[in-house]
Amino acid sequence: MRRSTPRLAGVALVMTAGLVLAGCSSKSTGGGGGGSTSGATGGSSASSSLSIQPLVQVDATGKKVAAAGGSTAADPAGDGSAKCSNISIGMAGALTGPNAALGTNILNGLKLAVDQHNKANAGCQVTVKQFDTEGDPQKATQVAPQIVSDTSVIGLLGPAFSGETKATGSIFNQAGLLSLTASATNPGLTTNGWNNFFRGLGNDNSQGGAIASYMKDTLGYKKVCVIQDDSDYGIGLATVVAKTLGSVAVSSCNAKVKTGDKDFSAAVQLVKDASPDAVYYGGYYAEAAPLLSQLRQGGVTAAFASGDGTNDPEFVKQAGDASKGAYLTCPCGPAPDKFAADYKAMFSVAPGVYSVEAYDLGTIMLKGIDKGITARGDLVKFVSSYDGAGLAKNYKWDSTGELASASTWVYQVK
Amino acid sequence: MSTETVTAPAAPHLGVGDRIRLWWDTLPRQTQWLVGIPAIVLIALLPVLRPPVLTTVGTDFGGVLAQFGMYALLAIGLNVVVGQAGLLDLGYVGFYAVGAYTVGLITSPDSPWRVHGLDPHWAWLAALPVAVALTAISGLILGSPTLRLRGDYLAIVTLGFGEIVRLLADNLSNITGGGRGLSRIAYPVVGTSSTRPTGVFSAGNTAHPVNSGTAWFWLSLVLIVVVLTLVGNLERSRVGRAWVAIREDEDAAEIMGVPTFKFKLWAFLIGASIGGLSGALYAGQVQFVVPTTFNVINSMLFLCAVVLGGQGNKLGVILGAFIVVYLPNFFIGRTNLFGIPINGNEIANYKYLFFGVALMVLMIFRPQGLFPARQKLLTYGRDVYAAARRAATALTHRTEETVGEAR
Amino acid sequence: MSVLLLAGGHVLAGSMVSAFDIGALGRNFWALTVDGLTYGSIYALVAVGYTLVYGVLRLINFAHSEIFMFGMFGQYATLMLLGFSPSGNAYQQGTLMTIVYLLVAMVGGMAVAGGAAVGLERVAYRPLRRRGAPALVFLITAIGASFVLQEFVHFVLPKLTGGNLGGVNAQQPIRLVQATAQFHFGNATVNNVEIVIVVAALGLAFATDRFINATKFGRGIRAVAQDPVTATLMGVSRERVIMLTFLVGGLLAGAAGLLYTLRVPSGILYSGGFILGIKAFAAAVLGGIGNLRGALLGGLLLGVMELYGQALFGTEWRDVVAFVLLILVLMFRPTGILGESLGRARA
Repeated sequence: MRRSTPRLAGVALVMTAGLVLAGCSSKSTGGGGGGSTSGATGGSSASSSLSIQPLVQVDATGKKVAAAGGSTAADPAGDGSAKCSNISIGMAGALTGPNAALGTNILNGLKLAVDQHNKANAGCQVTVKQFDTEGDPQKATQVAPQIVSDTSVIGLLGPAFSGETKATGSIFNQAGLLSLTASATNPGLTTNGWNNFFRGLGNDNSQGGAIASYMKDTLGYKKVCVIQDDSDYGIGLATVVAKTLGSVAVSSCNAKVKTGDKDFSAAVQLVKDASPDAVYYGGYYAEAAPLLSQLRQGGVTAAFASGDGTNDPEFVKQAGDASKGAYLTCPCGPAPDKFAADYKAMFSVAPGVYSVEAYDLGTIMLKGIDKGITARGDLVKFVSSYDGAGLAKNYKWDSTGELASASTWVYQVK
Repeated sequence: MSTETVTAPAAPHLGVGDRIRLWWDTLPRQTQWLVGIPAIVLIALLPVLRPPVLTTVGTDFGGVLAQFGMYALLAIGLNVVVGQAGLLDLGYVGFYAVGAYTVGLITSPDSPWRVHGLDPHWAWLAALPVAVALTAISGLILGSPTLRLRGDYLAIVTLGFGEIVRLLADNLSNITGGGRGLSRIAYPVVGTSSTRPTGVFSAGNTAHPVNSGTAWFWLSLVLIVVVLTLVGNLERSRVGRAWVAIREDEDAAEIMGVPTFKFKLWAFLIGASIGGLSGALYAGQVQFVVPTTFNVINSMLFLCAVVLGGQGNKLGVILGAFIVVYLPNFFIGRTNLFGIPINGNEIANYKYLFFGVALMVLMIFRPQGLFPARQKLLTYGRDVYAAARRAATALTHRTEETVGEAR
Repeated sequence: MSVLLLAGGHVLAGSMVSAFDIGALGRNFWALTVDGLTYGSIYALVAVGYTLVYGVLRLINFAHSEIFMFGMFGQYATLMLLGFSPSGNAYQQGTLMTIVYLLVAMVGGMAVAGGAAVGLERVAYRPLRRRGAPALVFLITAIGASFVLQEFVHFVLPKLTGGNLGGVNAQQPIRLVQATAQFHFGNATVNNVEIVIVVAALGLAFATDRFINATKFGRGIRAVAQDPVTATLMGVSRERVIMLTFLVGGLLAGAAGLLYTLRVPSGILYSGGFILGIKAFAAAVLGGIGNLRGALLGGLLLGVMELYGQALFGTEWRDVVAFVLLILVLMFRPTGILGESLGRARA
């Protein structure tokens, strides 16, 4: 290989020719930094200053609501005098496999709450038992009986995804084990008559309706392209958004992408062709970031909005400057600085999507344990009558297990 | 396939495997059943007895064995296509999907195709034959145009077919439920009692000793025995001999008068319907189907089960299926192994790494699989094996004595 | 049952018709063609790796998609070593330095991918060849190797690099080049990134073609592909040829890794090679596996047809279009468009 230099020289020539073009244009966009030799690190730009900032809190019809305020969030530490023994909280979700990031966020949020509780209450050491479902419904059916048969587990945080919840809900229901989900947003889950199932966040209907009304009424967009991925979450969210937008949603650019895709040329062309005021994406950040970058590269300047699956620091990191101005909703409130700092100190990463919910829901279960609850049925009863503020929002459930008042926060990348 | 033949007197050394195999092959059919039935019963009792070490800790052993049952069926079905007829099928998961989706479409309340008026107790059982029939038809649909292709071209086309099935399920959302999946799929409601209000097969049944996973495992064991009997008989028939001929040399087989296309199609059809049967089991056990369950990687895992166990050997591929299902579950939740404290969950993170390494190592040191198929004598086999065994054992006794002295 | 089928058919027809949009294809024809050629040339580069190995060994190297993934990580690591920090935004380094950095990154990616390919051949395939294992065993080993390489980047690499490389999330992009429009034709805007990708990919493919057809090494590869036994008798070292084949395939996959990340900066992920690998393999078969020019043609064709298909049927039909095209072509030309011919097709 090394010795056939004439040919290699030819290759180098062709490639250099191509790369010159690249270089030319980088100059034309850049304006600054003309090839200083030591400047490799100097070219960094302003993306590090971009972050997801809370903008406004809205109700399901997109109207602004005043921040709750007043009540202080429940503290997992309690009063430090709790007594208990051999009690654990289970966590079920994807901890390995392609969806492990979300599961890990949830597990860490719970671990943080339990850690703070255990440090304050020497007489009540609660353990976290993690159960990996890989996000796969069949794996979940293998894991669920283990959770149920572990008598020390009196409450479960999870399952994390809607699909595995559908597959295992009846297992937990028959065992009377509390199932608090921090992330499964499929509206159908609360219609199964499971009295042990509570959702710690608004479902697709409330979040999707809120952002759609906000885009239509407050921001005044006339033409919106709704793009969705093929996950239960993305489809549900996009369907509600498109329905609420009504005629504002343009059907010709209703592109559908696949989870795992990184290249969205055709979707970009469709959007470009329709020249909308805004693009709504129902799905997760792993696809949202390259989609938005490619939209901007393709010359689409329309506003970008997405849901809580995209509301992750990772989205801003990957999309860079392209993410500027993007609207992201979440049924979750902004995490207080102290929470973020504690989280970072413990896991050396920033909290992600659903970390705050997991922390709050864990705290609620710990409150019950501190009250001396040791039976599964009592914890279900405790949660069903719970009413109190958490870091993200106020937690109070209706009879089906939905939050009584689910407001949505709109964030913007600034 | 294999180069060692038991009848060769030049190979005096017989391994343990060879001895067992020779012994087994010489047994009369009735005696084989007499030995086999207690063995099957013992395997069936595994999730009830829950032997230490073997029992998985972090996941329910019954549930794992239920999945093993499904994979074993898949491996037997795929073995017909790959091991017997020598057709490389990389899209076998498509048939699994067709079977599961047929049951889902007929019985799930989310489905636009739901057949109303079925007794919910027996809806699953009613859907089962439809699932098998439809998968067989899908095998025909795939097979008739593609079986003209050979070798690796067939492989990529079947891979494409498997993906197309999944993508159709994903894209045609008003027919198949799309990415949201089909939930509340019917399961047979039998054995209801106060501890099991929805029957033994319900996912909600976690009562000991027979939980939901165990019940499904038993059902799949019964089906495995039935399918093995059918496939075993086929193997010893004209069809089986035609498959071997096609596998070894398709052109020669054609010239010798074997209608290769017809028998290849048969292999596809039979393999497909077994896959569909397994898919129907899946739909009943999980009660929820979603397209992502049926991606290409699963096809690869099924193929791994077949090759790992020893392609062409029906019992070997069942062992392969066990390894593929069981291995990733082994470490989860374990805190000690044989008294040595370990952090099982930490190790479990690396399960696919280990799995990959295990595949590579096994293939290097045992490329023919754990229990490779031997060239079998299909007619009067038993008599010949009996003679061979007498000769071989006599020979080894003699050589072992001399070798022993020499050492 | 018949009523049921009728109802189902109705739903089917409804959903298909609503999705069929010839206008979208017409309006965006040139833009789609440009995008399609861009991706197609990346497919082509990766497809060459499949085709070369297949031509010489009759082996579907399923782990080649992970070699491509290693290439992406290789060029990323090279840029980090050069002092770039991930920012998600484009660096403005001026023309000359951008070229230099891109070339260095490409060499880095090629070195990592080429090394991985040769290593894979040594560790996984050579022992099997020594034992004369059947073809299916190679395939299973390739699947095993694929698991190992992916999980290595997924779990082991972040431990080794203190979380800077690998892990669950995609790497935060280091963008060297900002995509900017260069010229228009029809309604298509062609930007610098697309030009670089197509020119570099075609250049590399052309160089490989010359290498195979006009050098001593290439003659060795062709000889082994044609008849391994005779080639060995004539003094060609089969082992060396095989290693060289893996090396060339790996180098091209590494280069493709860089070109791909120019276009999709946030695609650097442990699982990011899998789908592209399958597509590239399909492209190789489409053109006629074992045939170098076939791989090139297959890649470009697949890239373009995928985008036309998406415009016609809707974006979710991308992969279906690719596989249906493959199946249709193989129905009528069972050995691909150009047929197998690295050496000469075996009967």
